[in-house]
Amino acid sequence: MTDKTTDAGPRRLWFNAGLPTLGVALALGIWWLIIIAFGIDSFWLPAPPDVLEAFQRLPGHLIEQAGVTLMTTTVGFAIGAVGGAAVAVLFAASRTIERMTMPLIAAVNAVPKAALAPLLIVWIGLNTQAKIVMVVLLCFFPVLVSTMAGLTSVPNDLREVAHSLSASWWQTFLKIRMAWALPQIFVGLKVASSLAIIGAVIAELTNPERGLGSVVVSSSQSADTPLAFAALTLLALMGAGLFYLVTALERLLVPWARAISS
Amino acid sequence: MIKIAGLSRTFRGKSGTVEALRDINLDVADGEFLAVIGRSGCGKSTLLRIIAGLIPPSQGEVLVAGDRVARPRRDVAMVFQRPALLPWRSVRENVMLPVEIFRWQRAKHRDHVQRLLEMTGLESFADRLPHELSGGMQQRVSLCRALIQRPKVLLMDEPFSALDALTREELAVELQRIHMELGTTVVFVTHSIQEAVLLADRVAVLSARPGRLRELVDIAIPRPRTFGHNAHMEEVAAASAELHQLLLGDHLPQVATAG
Repeated sequence: MTDKTTDAGPRRLWFNAGLPTLGVALALGIWWLIIIAFGIDSFWLPAPPDVLEAFQRLPGHLIEQAGVTLMTTTVGFAIGAVGGAAVAVLFAASRTIERMTMPLIAAVNAVPKAALAPLLIVWIGLNTQAKIVMVVLLCFFPVLVSTMAGLTSVPNDLREVAHSLSASWWQTFLKIRMAWALPQIFVGLKVASSLAIIGAVIAELTNPERGLGSVVVSSSQSADTPLAFAALTLLALMGAGLFYLVTALERLLVPWARAISS
Repeated sequence: MIKIAGLSRTFRGKSGTVEALRDINLDVADGEFLAVIGRSGCGKSTLLRIIAGLIPPSQGEVLVAGDRVARPRRDVAMVFQRPALLPWRSVRENVMLPVEIFRWQRAKHRDHVQRLLEMTGLESFADRLPHELSGGMQQRVSLCRALIQRPKVLLMDEPFSALDALTREELAVELQRIHMELGTTVVFVTHSIQEAVLLADRVAVLSARPGRLRELVDIAIPRPRTFGHNAHMEEVAAASAELHQLLLGDHLPQVATAG
C-alpha cells in the first residue's frame, strides 16, 4: 500500500511526460536514420540538425512571424468559438430560427474554405482581418455543432427532475443544459483548435506578407527546405500547444466528465 | 391528503392506443404511507406521474390538499427510480437545487440541508461529487433533494429498484425511520412485496392492462418493523401471502377463460 503511494508520483510523471517525450525522440531518430541510410539531400528532406541550424540562422525573424500567426489563430479561434456557441444557444432557444438557418450554415460549411481565401482578400483586403475571418470560418461550425449536440443530449431523468420542480426554460438552460453540454463543447473546441492553425496558414499562403505561412512560401521559392521545415515545426508546436491548452481548460472546468464517461 | 376520483389514462402511440389506467378511486390519509404494487406495465408509474402533475389524466381528477392537480406543486416532491443528480454539483449543491429553482433564500435553508444530510448519514460526504458515491448513497441524496422542499406529499417511483438487495433493505428501513420522524404522506410505487409490507399502512394492488385497483390491503403491524426475525412474523407472513396471491391471481382468471 505504502509502496503504491510513493510510486504514484514518479510513475505518473513517467506516464504523462516521459512516454510522450520518448515517443517524439524515437520519431526524430527514425527520421534522421532514414535520411542517413538513404543519403537523402537536405533539399528534399532536411535532417533534424539542418532544421535546427535553419532556426538558428533567423531565430528573431521566425519567432516574430510565429507571433503573427499565433495572434491570427487565437483571435480567430476565440471569435469562432464564442460565435459558434452563441448561435447554438440561439438555435436551442428557437426551433424556428434553427430550421430556417441551419441548411444555409451547413451549405456554407460545405464550401472548401481554401477556395474562399482569394475572395476574402477581394472583400476585406490584404490585411490581418481577412486572415482572422478565414480562421473564424473554420472554427465556427465544429463548435456550433458540438454545442448543439450537447444542449440536446440532456438525459431524460434530469429533464424530469427539472419538470417536477416546475423549472423555467431559462433555469433549466442555465442550471442543467449548459453544464451538461460542456464536455461536448470541449470536443468541438479541440477540433476547432487544430482547424484554427490550418485557417491561419491558408490565409497566409494566399497573401504571403507576414506569418509562418509566408515563411514557407518564401523559403520554398529560394529552395531553402530546412527553413520551411523550421516554420512547419513551429506551426506543429503551436497547434499542439493550443490543443493541450484546451484540454487543460477542460480538465479544470469539467473534472466530472471523465469520471462519468468511463 | 390525496383524493383520486374516477382516474383513467390512455396513451396514443404509433401502434394504437394503450389504456394504462382505468377508473382508479383512492383516498390517501394525512401522514399515511401507501404502497402501490403491481406487475410491470400495470400503470403504477403513470399513476404516480399523474399525482405529481407531470402528465394529465384522460379522465377523472386528483386532488392534493383539496386542490386539483394540474401541474407540479412545490409541496409535492418526487423521488425517481434513478437518482438523477447533477454530476457537476456536490452533494450539498444537489440538495440545494430545488431551493434555487424556487428562488428561495439559500441562507435560510442551509441548516435544513445539513439536518437532512445528517439524517441520511451523508454529512461527511457533503462536498463530494455524485460519481464518488455508491448507488445507495446517491439515492439518499435524491431523497434529501426531495425533502428540502418540505413536501406534504412524497412520491417515490421504485426508488430502490436499481440497488443491490442489502442496500435496498437498508434504505427501506431508513425510509421507515424518516417517515416516522417527519410524518409526510408517502405514495411509494414498488414491485417488491417485502418492501410494501415493511413500509406501508395500506397496499394498493393494481391489476395489469388496463391498470385497475384490484384490492386495498391493510398492513396493521406496529412500527418500527424490521426485516428478518421480529415479533410479528405471523402477521408479516400473512400479509405477504395475501399480496402474493393477489398479484399471481391477477393472471389466473384470464388463463382460465382463454383455456
